[in-house]
Amino acid sequence: MKTGAQIIWECLEREGVKHVFGYPGGAILPAYDALKHSKIHHILVRHEQGATHMADGYARVSGDVGVAVATSGPGATNMVTGIATAMLDSSPIVCITGQVGSKLIGSDAFQETDITGVTLPITKHNYLVTHASEVARTIREAFYVARSGRPGPVLVDITKDAQQTSCEFDWEAAKPQLPGYRPDLSPEPKEYEQALDLIQNAKRPVILAGHGIIISGAMREVRDFAERAGIPVALTLLGLGAFPASHPLNLGMMGMHGEAWVNQAIQEADLLLAFGMRFDDRVTGNLKTYAANAKKIHVEIDPAEINKNVKVDVALVGDLREVLHELLPKIETIDRSEWLDNIDRLKGDSAVRDIQNLPDSGHLYAAHVIHDLWHETRDADTVVVTDVGQHQMWEAQYYKHERPRSLITSGGLGTMGFALPAAIGAKVARPEAEVWVVCGDGGFQMTMPELATIVQENLKVHIAIINNGYLGMVRQWQEFFYEKNYQATPLLNPDFAKLGEAYGIRSMTVSKRSQVVPAVRSARQHDGPVLINFRVEQEDTVYPMVAAGASLHDMIRRPSPLVETADDE
Amino acid sequence: MLNTFVVYVENKPGVLTRVASLFRRRAFNIDSLTVGRTEKPEVSRMTITVDADYDQARRIEANLYKLVNVLLVENITSEPSIVRDLAMIKVAATHEARSHVLELASVFRARVVDVAPESLTIEITGDEDKIDGLLEVLRPYGVLEMVRTGIVAMRRGSKSSVLAAAASTPAPDVDHGDASYSV
Repeated sequence: MKTGAQIIWECLEREGVKHVFGYPGGAILPAYDALKHSKIHHILVRHEQGATHMADGYARVSGDVGVAVATSGPGATNMVTGIATAMLDSSPIVCITGQVGSKLIGSDAFQETDITGVTLPITKHNYLVTHASEVARTIREAFYVARSGRPGPVLVDITKDAQQTSCEFDWEAAKPQLPGYRPDLSPEPKEYEQALDLIQNAKRPVILAGHGIIISGAMREVRDFAERAGIPVALTLLGLGAFPASHPLNLGMMGMHGEAWVNQAIQEADLLLAFGMRFDDRVTGNLKTYAANAKKIHVEIDPAEINKNVKVDVALVGDLREVLHELLPKIETIDRSEWLDNIDRLKGDSAVRDIQNLPDSGHLYAAHVIHDLWHETRDADTVVVTDVGQHQMWEAQYYKHERPRSLITSGGLGTMGFALPAAIGAKVARPEAEVWVVCGDGGFQMTMPELATIVQENLKVHIAIINNGYLGMVRQWQEFFYEKNYQATPLLNPDFAKLGEAYGIRSMTVSKRSQVVPAVRSARQHDGPVLINFRVEQEDTVYPMVAAGASLHDMIRRPSPLVETADDE
Repeated sequence: MLNTFVVYVENKPGVLTRVASLFRRRAFNIDSLTVGRTEKPEVSRMTITVDADYDQARRIEANLYKLVNVLLVENITSEPSIVRDLAMIKVAATHEARSHVLELASVFRARVVDVAPESLTIEITGDEDKIDGLLEVLRPYGVLEMVRTGIVAMRRGSKSSVLAAAASTPAPDVDHGDASYSV
């Protein structure tokens, strides 16, 4: 006989869990009491939102399921933002929450919240467990659902009495029973034929490479496909790293802050091959004018994504890797040099005047910081975890990702405060990796109490705050679309370096270009976490930009010349 | 156009909420939703009618399948099927009107299930048009109260829903309980 609490940890161990991120409280105390007999390492967070982002970062960097634990009521509701973040970015996490005793449910008991009701629309699935005998099967199902098909968050709410009472524990007998759940779909043979026909006849094809490539582990297949068919590859934000940045067929990031030639190529294409991406409004712009002359093939594991935003000509519903395995042998090599040359010309026409090459004029631009950081760390096993906003877009533009899972960022939900905790999760999952947080001064302050978690766990996480004294992306929208009415965007910040020191984290402030590389080098050499406060140009703007709802080719371009470039000298 | 879906779900607490919540958050407008037991105690059956075009109907089906507790979805809009709604209509029927109301009820093959000095309660079963028709002719007499169940639907002929299909795709390490869910 085992208690429900003991069964929780035993099931987690059997699911391969080595770390959980959590915060104790009344309704989950029986589980915490049983933790002392478990081999699982518990990381005490400072806020339950942090626990979910850590589990998310852990999952994204490793591909394994991340686990977060919290108590009932406020503990559970604090998880909501992190669960929604994982949902929108298809990240496999399992959240375990305590719940008041089953007899008290519905009585507005102390710290009671209907968390399965609250999280119903933002979880892939969720459970309320009221008996110890249901714990094992439910946790097995939760892990299976979280990691299979299109991954996503699963919440398991376990009443206090279900943790306290005992029952027979039989792992084998507790097999998932999911008669309606079918994560493994495959296309029909005739759909493959239709796709192949479109591919062979395309003159101006572009591959749209998304997060699904990384989730499916199809990097090799996508590369083989692109090379064999001679098709250039544009990436979504979450797709960065799915195809090497240095590959000659890599166009770069598409969409709202993608480079102009990438968007132009998509608009001129006669065939789009969407691989594991969902035509988010941030990559399509105005749907009416989006790639109007292109046929579209959508390879996607989630049937509900087909024809949701963009109507496609052929849908191949299934695991991307398996679909590409099926297609690859039938792909003929076609000379598409004319199209590739054309894109090169577009590139020449519209290449931004790259401020990363600016001479040091005393101004420090975020792009300098990102470029120099990339230059210093590109040969290492580096994972960059960003927050949300201008710095995120600059990171995406200037940090050249060669490997999958080397950029962790909140794409779909755009959750400020994601970076610091997600980086903690990433470092716990991959202690051998060099983990850099790149975040803004606004987002950093949303979850900065997790600095204490870094110190308590002695994690060597590097933190680069791109500090411009504004909620920069909002300020940029105010500049463009609200006549520079900077309402509620200027920030009066603490001295971040002093703040870091107060936590016992080695900290420094950098405000000149010449100091960037030495600061990055000294951080890398230091045996422990480091915080660098980069004081950058305050009113810098992310260019180019497609305004929300505008056509993809209708980009707001960098005023040229903004300042003299190195080439102008 | 109005689409009719027959949806088989696991008979578990909260499943109705999951389905209803899906329609709300994806902004699909439910015209009618009924739920009840089936020949299998572990399976409930929903009949949902939704105003949707072809593409929307496909997306509704795909989204329903994303709910882990949904076993099978059938769009029977364009298939020969029996569709039934049940209504109880309480009509003001004073002495002089009573025989007219009874006559109308009989024309529609409706049944009188309650008689009171000032009213008659009529029960009618049929497709929605038939019920709408009776309602229309009763209105001049004064409809005091009316309740409709919403439609239930079933395919005609010997072809029945192959619920087994919903449980037959094997997945690694998962016992789909084929035997208990096949029909």
